[in-house]
Amino acid sequence: MEKTWNNKAWFLVLPVLVLVAFSAVIPLMTVVNYSVQDTFGNNEFFWAGTDWFSQILSSSRFWDALGRNLIFSFIILAIEIPLGIFIALNMPKHGIGVPVCLVLMALPLLIPWNVVGTIWQVFGRVDIGLLGHALEAIGVDYNYVRNPADAWATVILMDVWHWTSLVVLLCYAGLVSIPDAYYQAAKIDGASRWAVFRYIQLPKMKRVLLIAVLLRFMDSFMIYTEPFVVTGGGPGNSTTFLSIDLVKMAIGQFDLGPAAAMSIIYFLIILLMSWVFYTVMTSSDADA
Amino acid sequence: MARITLDHIRHAYGPNPVSDKDYALREVDHEWEDGGAYALLGPSGCGKTTLLNIISGLLHPSHGRILFGGKDVTNLSTQERNIAQVFQFPVIYDTMTVYDNLAFPLRNRGVPEADIDRRVRDMLEIIDLSDWSDRKAQRLTADQKQKISLGRGLVRNDVNAILFDEPLTVIDPHMKWVLRSQLKRLHKQFGFTMVYVTHDQTEALTFADKVVVMYEGEIVQIGTPAELFERPRHTFVGYFIGSPGMNVLPARLDGARAMVGDVAVTLDHAPQAAPTDKIEIGIRPEFVRIGREGMPVRISRVEDIGRHRIVRAEFEGQPIAIISAEDEDIPADARITFDPAAINIYANSWRIGAKA
Repeated sequence: MEKTWNNKAWFLVLPVLVLVAFSAVIPLMTVVNYSVQDTFGNNEFFWAGTDWFSQILSSSRFWDALGRNLIFSFIILAIEIPLGIFIALNMPKHGIGVPVCLVLMALPLLIPWNVVGTIWQVFGRVDIGLLGHALEAIGVDYNYVRNPADAWATVILMDVWHWTSLVVLLCYAGLVSIPDAYYQAAKIDGASRWAVFRYIQLPKMKRVLLIAVLLRFMDSFMIYTEPFVVTGGGPGNSTTFLSIDLVKMAIGQFDLGPAAAMSIIYFLIILLMSWVFYTVMTSSDADA
Repeated sequence: MARITLDHIRHAYGPNPVSDKDYALREVDHEWEDGGAYALLGPSGCGKTTLLNIISGLLHPSHGRILFGGKDVTNLSTQERNIAQVFQFPVIYDTMTVYDNLAFPLRNRGVPEADIDRRVRDMLEIIDLSDWSDRKAQRLTADQKQKISLGRGLVRNDVNAILFDEPLTVIDPHMKWVLRSQLKRLHKQFGFTMVYVTHDQTEALTFADKVVVMYEGEIVQIGTPAELFERPRHTFVGYFIGSPGMNVLPARLDGARAMVGDVAVTLDHAPQAAPTDKIEIGIRPEFVRIGREGMPVRISRVEDIGRHRIVRAEFEGQPIAIISAEDEDIPADARITFDPAAINIYANSWRIGAKA
């Protein structure tokens, strides 16, 4: 078939271009603009070139926060993905249990993030919190305000509580889409429970798992509200992740240039990591 | 391979079945020969898939026993019954190669790898997929996938029976013929007991030695295609098999005649029936002759379908279908005659045989 060239077609994509420009391109370019300039207020700007970038990349404060963030995301994925799959596999497929489980699973996802933070902030307090008080009562020395390990445990537990449901719901959607005939065929072929998981359930869940891993990685890598409410980045800097550091720099210290440079680096890291995950997880599809 | 005995099987999906209506499968009591090819034919919801699942062990019947080769397997799991099944939609293991798909049931049973290799290669040869053995099964066409499903059953050379649940539904029409003839050839070659569920009469009739016609949870007739055509035991069989189906006309018996409305139809015998029975006569459109003699009809429509014409007419207020040859003349005031040998008499929908 002959291809028709008609430049009027560009008008059809114009609305999308305008929307994307306002929602993404223009704000991003503003940040780029800040990142290469310096200001002392009064709306006066001076050219700074790549100074801010080299300053950020050579500061140990940035690398420490990045390291904490990577460790945090890794732990989150290592717990939430297997746990999510496990729960999804054990959820009922028929009957009254289905809506009950689905609602229970959806509950944590419906709570605003700062409320989640507040809940756990109170929950973990040694004086009035249920968790903190109970732990102290059975003789565990727990205090997330003073002990960095306890602070980490609290933040991770909170994130697992908040977000494992998302993985569960995605996996469950993948599982219920498998026709019964597959399970029957596997029975007839004499497959073990593990073989059913490995050759039927896992391949069918792969697509949704990819989405789950990407979402959980990006979200956990950008986490701000909940640890900010619970620990405020402390004790010390032990739970200061990149986003918390960024806000301290931009709002707390009003260092717009370095903060903008850091934002861009931050953004590029997430982009790169997401690309890596995506490539790795889809690579097995490529061979024919 | 084994003989399948269905010993007074009944099945209800709900608990506490009371009346016949509660049963998805009313009493089934039959013996199917070792190495036979049986087609379960019937409309949707007639219980054929229920019966198939009972044979495969996916369902436990509410009553009755099922035996393979004389051994009671009612309480055995699907796995222990050692059967193979091909489903309506091809079930393959996407991430495995064609070779691994076929090896899967053997590996699960701990067959030595050298043995597996020999059997899988043989099977690839038989189902014509040797060139594809290292491909991912995901990329195959639907008919190739169905062949893998079948191969996974055949590769275990000791299966008791192979069950097919409408396996050609998703296959392109021209591939259906190819697959059907391949399957027939395999059946001859291996002699496995084969149970084939379908709602397509052509598929059932070309395929099976014995066709099992089911209707409302009951087996209404088991017979060869010729028996089903010539002597349907139940008016449903007459209506379901054939295109168009058998003409069934309400009648009254009068010795060796049947009265349809005011017209007398001559029979070749005097059937015995109780006076309270609901009597019908069945005559296939193929055995009704149209011409200038016989009983008057009013023609409402003539459908020319190429090989022959189907005349739709009204006979004593009843619709009737007549098959007439392409070159046959259809007069304006047409009359019809019935071939007396081809008339079947039904009392309460069940055929009554020639007089005792």
